[in-house]
Amino acid sequence: MTTTHTGPAIVTRGLTRHFTSRKQTVEAVQGLDLEIGQGELVAFLGPNGAGKSTTLRMLTTLIPPTSGTASVAGHDVVTGQRDVRQAIGFVGQGNGAGHRQLGRDELISQGRAHGLSRADAHRRAGELIADLDLEAVADRKVSSLSGGQRRRLDIAMGLVHLPRVLFLDEPSTGLDPQNRINLQELIQRLHAETGSTVVLTTHYLEEADALAGRVIVVDHGRVIADDSAARLKSGLGDLVRLGFGSASDAARAAGRLSRVPDSRVDTSAETVDLRVKDGSAMVGEVLADLAADGVPPTRVEVARPTLDDVFLDLTGRSLRETQQTPEPTATEIESEVAA
Amino acid sequence: MTTFVADTLNVMNRELKPVWREPMAVVFAMIQPLVFLGLFAPLLPEMATGGSALQWFVPGIVAMTALMGASFTGSNLMEEMQSGSHERQLVSPLGRPALLVGRALKEVVPMLMQVAIIVAVVTPFSFDLHLGGVLAAALVLSLFSIGVGALSFALALASKGQDWMFWTIQQTLLFPALLTAGVLLPMDGAPQWLEIVSTLNPMTYVVDAVRALFAGTYPADVVAQGVAGAAVVAVIGLWVGVRAMRRSS
Ligand SMILES: Nc1ncnc2c1ncn2[C@@H]1O[C@H](COP(=O)(O)OP(=O)(O)O)[C@@H](O)[C@H]1O
Ligand SMILES: [Mg+2]
Repeated sequence: MTTTHTGPAIVTRGLTRHFTSRKQTVEAVQGLDLEIGQGELVAFLGPNGAGKSTTLRMLTTLIPPTSGTASVAGHDVVTGQRDVRQAIGFVGQGNGAGHRQLGRDELISQGRAHGLSRADAHRRAGELIADLDLEAVADRKVSSLSGGQRRRLDIAMGLVHLPRVLFLDEPSTGLDPQNRINLQELIQRLHAETGSTVVLTTHYLEEADALAGRVIVVDHGRVIADDSAARLKSGLGDLVRLGFGSASDAARAAGRLSRVPDSRVDTSAETVDLRVKDGSAMVGEVLADLAADGVPPTRVEVARPTLDDVFLDLTGRSLRETQQTPEPTATEIESEVAA
Repeated sequence: MTTFVADTLNVMNRELKPVWREPMAVVFAMIQPLVFLGLFAPLLPEMATGGSALQWFVPGIVAMTALMGASFTGSNLMEEMQSGSHERQLVSPLGRPALLVGRALKEVVPMLMQVAIIVAVVTPFSFDLHLGGVLAAALVLSLFSIGVGALSFALALASKGQDWMFWTIQQTLLFPALLTAGVLLPMDGAPQWLEIVSTLNPMTYVVDAVRALFAGTYPADVVAQGVAGAAVVAVIGLWVGVRAMRRSS
């Protein structure tokens, strides 16, 4: 570890990155101004193509910014590349461990790359293997490990040198739900134990919600919201979804519900959505009122606001729908992977 | 400088791990030259000088094995670019030049193993083993392999995960390089244009020097030209390779 540094872990000023391919310019990241304090656990949440990976790639010195500046652990990502690399751990979108290698060998080699002595590198590899529950597979070829095991190995690689800032790009993509939850618990535990700053990206709302103290919502290369998940959601009301026997009943009920103060009502066919603060508390009253009016709902659901609602509220698009946008063509994916 | 050496050794040792663990892969990688050896050797005419044809042919096959092995090696890096482990290494404190040089240096090991196998296979036949010459030739070939390996890595980096580009260029260059170096057929009596290409091909000098050394002779000019040819490939390869690695992201 180089000098201890007391300022924020990450500072960006007007951080911007453009890509030009086939005469077209993609503004992947546009003027990011961020400050992330030491010890924070932050999630970048946004749909595919929002610019999350590009941001991480700039912060981890893989690609230089087109304009603007960024510093990580007190070092500039362009002029202090080597210091940044010493200070950070990076778990990329792919597999950090080589497929033809043994897990333990990769951990040792990574430790040596960070300047550990041979003995320390071996000891540290052993610790991480035990800590991340990799004993059974650490001496096997990486290509033979399951997705979840490989991901744990990747994380172990990122932790070899006790980094002050740990970056994880889509750590749980490709994992089944059980493994995803295990991984989230692991990240939280590591964060609590090491006190490192942790920055991860995700397009899973549940993940950002469950994991991070601070959620930075990005879309089209810009930050559109930056707060705790609870505060982001508290501005939106609960969703009360009411089903009716017919569209005319629904329309009649919608008319009556529009009188609820500070609420929003959306009708589609036989369903009426009422969004209102503390909706769960007033649902009894609403049902009684509609029954008295002769249009009792046949179905009722009450949902607390989700980050998806936050995204919808901010952009007019659903984060879930955005996932279904067409995938980039094969060559684009390849160049992205290789880039 | 010391970090460069430490980083280079780290990268080289990592690259060698699969070689030590699965030495048979080194044998499988040389199937093609071995097939050439098995198919061509019985067809070779006796040399005018009366020497065994194998004596002339084996050094060419050795050089061919070195060229093939080292020129394929970029595919390993391409695999690492695709999987993400190359990216992980780029973010580590390992220097860019070390990431290239360590990989290129590693090429020497499988090449030496392959030379040993070929020599062991042909020695029971009409091939005279001149151990000193073979060892000297191995040094020249080491320099050559480092250079070709570095070029192969540079090509992998330039192809940026587009496999077809790597393989098209590698395959397109491989056989002309082999043929114009006089590996399979002597270049005597070739048309003038071919002769010019052959003189421009640094591998020509490597092959000539390896032939002389395998025969147990040490003609100073031929050996010096061979070393120079290998050194040219090594210097160009490492220069291009380090440049490509510095630009890799
Ligand atoms: N190497 C590249 N060349 C061209 N365009 C790129 C490259 N990398 C990313 N992009 C583009 O930049 C935008 C942001 O991509 P990315 O940062 O990968 O998004 P995310 O990680 O949020 O899914 C996308 O439109 C993507 O196609
Ligand atoms: Mg991404």
